[in-house]
Amino acid sequence: MADILYRTHPLENRRAALAELSGRVEGLTVYPEDPVAAVDLRVDPAGPGADAVGRALGTALPVEPNTWTHTVDGQLVWLGPDEWLVTSAGADPQEFERELGWVVSAYDGSAVDVSAQRTSLRLHGGLARELLSLGCALDLRPSAFPAGACAQTYVGQTVVLLLALGPDDFRLFVRQSFAGYLADWVLDAAEEFRAFP
Amino acid sequence: MQLIHCPWCGPREEVEFHYGGQAEITYPERPAELSDQDWAEYVFYRDNPKGPFAERWSHSAGCRRWFNALRDTHTYRFLGTAKPGEPLPNTQRNTEVRV
Ligand SMILES: [Zn+2]
Repeated sequence: MADILYRTHPLENRRAALAELSGRVEGLTVYPEDPVAAVDLRVDPAGPGADAVGRALGTALPVEPNTWTHTVDGQLVWLGPDEWLVTSAGADPQEFERELGWVVSAYDGSAVDVSAQRTSLRLHGGLARELLSLGCALDLRPSAFPAGACAQTYVGQTVVLLLALGPDDFRLFVRQSFAGYLADWVLDAAEEFRAFP
Repeated sequence: MQLIHCPWCGPREEVEFHYGGQAEITYPERPAELSDQDWAEYVFYRDNPKGPFAERWSHSAGCRRWFNALRDTHTYRFLGTAKPGEPLPNTQRNTEVRV
């Protein structure tokens, strides 16, 4: 008899351990976030296509490297000189791809639904920067990586898309199949912050 | 571990990058007219200087863009990086390097 496969979060089996860690360590809260629709968008930043996207999303494309901006219900993240990740908490992924594709297709741009590529882990608290710095070579001081900054870089052995949402608040987009590794890395790295019982 | 300066993302750890061979090799203008020897030199033969060497690198774990770099093969020091089409720093290069 075939088993029925239910849709679950890729970090479902780490949820309890992350909650336990968050309860134990003051200054550190870690949890898996709900999935969002995500579209990889490519368009010439200097051409009229970029303006059209800006109008459609209500926010200009961030052209400054390593930055992101808010949209109505998501984020607009710089990935490269002509590439962005657009997320939406409310949109249907395929609809979202179709809508953005319709906007940029007139300008030789492309929009591809990549919602299934990444999942995200939220990390906040006074120890968040210190924890990340244990496995990330970026300069993570608030002056160098303030709210609104983003980077595609390594944390431990996996590539993440790291977003600074606030002074001590981070979102780590990670490939679904590497999410378990990243959660395990966080749990392991946070060991040294645990108060002795 | 040294930092490599991506022309877009800025200084990043070396492990984020991939090497892409010698830079500034132009595609032959009339490839059909090349002799086998000339074609082999275009496809396979690369300089191997001791000193500054123009190379292609890719920021594979970051923005995934290709760029050019001038690296000293003796010290492994990066003398500069530039976006494609933009000039590399005008450092004294080894005469073996074809420009
Ligand atoms: Zn880069």
